[in-house]
Amino acid sequence: MSPESLAEMSNVAIYSAMLTLALAMVAFAASFASGRRRNVAVATGESSVSAGGAAVITKTKPHTTDEPGRRAANIAMSLSWLAFVLLLAGVVLRGIWAGRVPWGNMYEFSITAALGILGVFLFMNLRTDLRWLGLFVVIPVLLTLGMAVTVLYTEAAQLVPALKSYWLVIHVLAAVISSGAFTLAAATAGLSLVRDRAERKSGGEVKPEGVLSARIPDAESLRTITNRILAFAFPLWTFAVVAGAIWAENAWGRYWGWDPKETWAFITWVVYAAYLHARSTAGWRGNKASWIALAGWLVFLINFFGVNFLASGLHSYSGV
Amino acid sequence: MSALPPISNVGLLRWAWRQLTSMKTALILLFLLALASVPGSVLPQRGIDPIKVREWITDSPTWGPILDRLGFFEVYSSVWFSAVYLLLFLSLIGCVVPRVGVHYRAMRSAPPAAPRLLQRLSGTRTLPISAEKSEVLATAASTLRSTRWRVVSGPSDDLQWVSAEKGYLRETGNLVFHLSLIVVLISVALGGLFGWKGNVIVREGSSFSNTLTQYDAWGGGRFVNSQDLAPFSFTLDKFTVEFERGVAQRGAPRAFEAEVSYRTEPGAPLQHTLVEVNEPLEINGAKVFLVGHGYAPIIKVTDKTGAVVFEDAVPFLPQDGNFTSTGVVKIPDSTPQLGIQGLFLPTAALDSVRGPYSTFPAADDPALFMSAFKGDLGLDSGTPQSVYRLVTDKMKQIGLQQLRPGQSWKLPDGSGTVSFEGYERWASFQIAADPGKEIALLAAAIAIIGLTMSLFIRRRRVWVKVVEQDGVTVVQLAGIMRTSTFEDETIGVLADDLDLIEGALESAGQVHATTEEEV
Repeated sequence: MSPESLAEMSNVAIYSAMLTLALAMVAFAASFASGRRRNVAVATGESSVSAGGAAVITKTKPHTTDEPGRRAANIAMSLSWLAFVLLLAGVVLRGIWAGRVPWGNMYEFSITAALGILGVFLFMNLRTDLRWLGLFVVIPVLLTLGMAVTVLYTEAAQLVPALKSYWLVIHVLAAVISSGAFTLAAATAGLSLVRDRAERKSGGEVKPEGVLSARIPDAESLRTITNRILAFAFPLWTFAVVAGAIWAENAWGRYWGWDPKETWAFITWVVYAAYLHARSTAGWRGNKASWIALAGWLVFLINFFGVNFLASGLHSYSGV
Repeated sequence: MSALPPISNVGLLRWAWRQLTSMKTALILLFLLALASVPGSVLPQRGIDPIKVREWITDSPTWGPILDRLGFFEVYSSVWFSAVYLLLFLSLIGCVVPRVGVHYRAMRSAPPAAPRLLQRLSGTRTLPISAEKSEVLATAASTLRSTRWRVVSGPSDDLQWVSAEKGYLRETGNLVFHLSLIVVLISVALGGLFGWKGNVIVREGSSFSNTLTQYDAWGGGRFVNSQDLAPFSFTLDKFTVEFERGVAQRGAPRAFEAEVSYRTEPGAPLQHTLVEVNEPLEINGAKVFLVGHGYAPIIKVTDKTGAVVFEDAVPFLPQDGNFTSTGVVKIPDSTPQLGIQGLFLPTAALDSVRGPYSTFPAADDPALFMSAFKGDLGLDSGTPQSVYRLVTDKMKQIGLQQLRPGQSWKLPDGSGTVSFEGYERWASFQIAADPGKEIALLAAAIAIIGLTMSLFIRRRRVWVKVVEQDGVTVVQLAGIMRTSTFEDETIGVLADDLDLIEGALESAGQVHATTEEEV
């Protein structure tokens, strides 16, 4: 197969994934608009233990399929899986085309990050029903891909010498999976704030009104999910930073040099550390912690995009 | 004003210490640390790019000096940044160290006896038994022991309950994580005090030996004896560089290779190796990194009598990605003294807007643009001068010329001839030793393991108790989570634990199989 056709296939796969995701977004939105108030099963401690339930958030019992919102959500999930496969194909083909791991420039980092967000969501959904979160995952994935294909696109080329190291694979893989988890946690943290507000408005009523609030789990469950995702992401991010430091020592002769990318990776780490501490501090566990999770994501975004566009440092790659 | 009794001072100190070591203070210090790190990524930093710092201060005469005085150009060694992280670590020590003792005692003590009324706990399971009380309790105890629970039973005279606890490693991991961070900080400090770092430009065919005078720039910690560096030496035999010639990312570097022969000490056997980016050379605890490269045009100058006053390859510093490079030649031995400012273009282009510039980093079509000066180079004034900058205050420009390799230029005032003989390549090396880095790595690895343990291990207690209930002998299974951080998400874990005991009792035939309960 000629390299040109590989390149074309990679691009076709990415565009197909975007189209599929756009359809998934419509379907997720439709499930919100047409669905009855979803009965998100969130087991309380007592019922969970006596039922021998395995997790706090248990899978809802399958409802009759004539409920339009549910059907739309299921269609959206299938489309998301299809998009995941297409995106994976796009990233892999890009790698084959370039003859190296597909992590050499910002375009490639972005499509891989999109894959990471979608992947973490889909695999978490296998264990815990997260269909209600779909819309808020598909939107950032689409935005990332849109930015990748319009602003960041570059033809595949070889790696610059600084990137020729097996640490590239380790460091980027850990960072990309963390980025997926951070994005997901930002979505759940944001939703917990929306829901919390609605709950307080309705005076502690468990079934608040509102198109959005009525269709997502209660605020406390959302905070719990956020916490779980970040408890997974934080050690992984720590590992990504340490792996980066080992690589930096080998390539540049120092393991830490306050390069802008390093600085913002450190700030990201500190903010998420603050989140975990907030979760075990009286008076900080609720909305304040959720705001910190959102701030962490903002800092992460500055690190991922901002540093490459605005600051000059060692982490600038050819073709941005 | 009456003096405060001394006890108040102690009380005040105690109060201050409690405040410092509280979680809320730790949180605020974490925010401050994040905030204090930001300016270092926005403003140029002296440790990374001192020239940019100087330019920044010159360009903003109002803010430049103020920010400079406040340490904004050396953020990470500034007083305020250090204050934040030292307070944070003090708070960490104050919080973590006492917990080490508490946790040690907790790990050595037995789980507490079962509460009197287990049914008061949520999620208690009650099962009628079909075996002897002692058999049921023995089964429960051995099941728990085999899955690494710490188990006690009692009371000693008449066995009635089994109490078990698991997940001590959660707190162990938490403490190990925080203590490892202290070790990381210490090893960073060690690197600062005992480490050193130097930069040197070596031309193809030239040699370097590891003494202070050979470095272009060198910096070492307080406890480094700069006269006592490891006496290795190396020669740059050949330097190869390849650039992208395709359309995509044209001009981007593709490979750097420095062929080097080195001796670990004078008289040691000569060894050959290849130094590449990501492939440093390690000699006696120091590492030699390839960090940059450039061109050194070979320039020959003769005076009006035809005598050679200068002939050497002069390293020029690259100014952009296409290696438009600048450099100077100073000839103090001619009369009058001569100075040349040069612009080396590996692939030369000239346009009316930009002037001369390079279009590709490889030397496809090299040219040297020169501006010659005569007069006083200012070398005798005693002020140290950069070898890359010509001080033209007391000099007069005598002409401009563009040369291709092999061409010569007769200076217009007849004071001599300048020839552009060709070019060599140079590579720049960073040579560094950091005795703290291995400890830092080890501590970081342990920190990650501890962190993972502290986030994923759940500490919990279970009790198994045999009681009479409405005339029937039943066994009660109950448990509580002892994890303070994430208790809300671990109830399912506890249910699994109770399932385990129940399953063991069932398969031993010691309880009646449970019927489906109403939920």
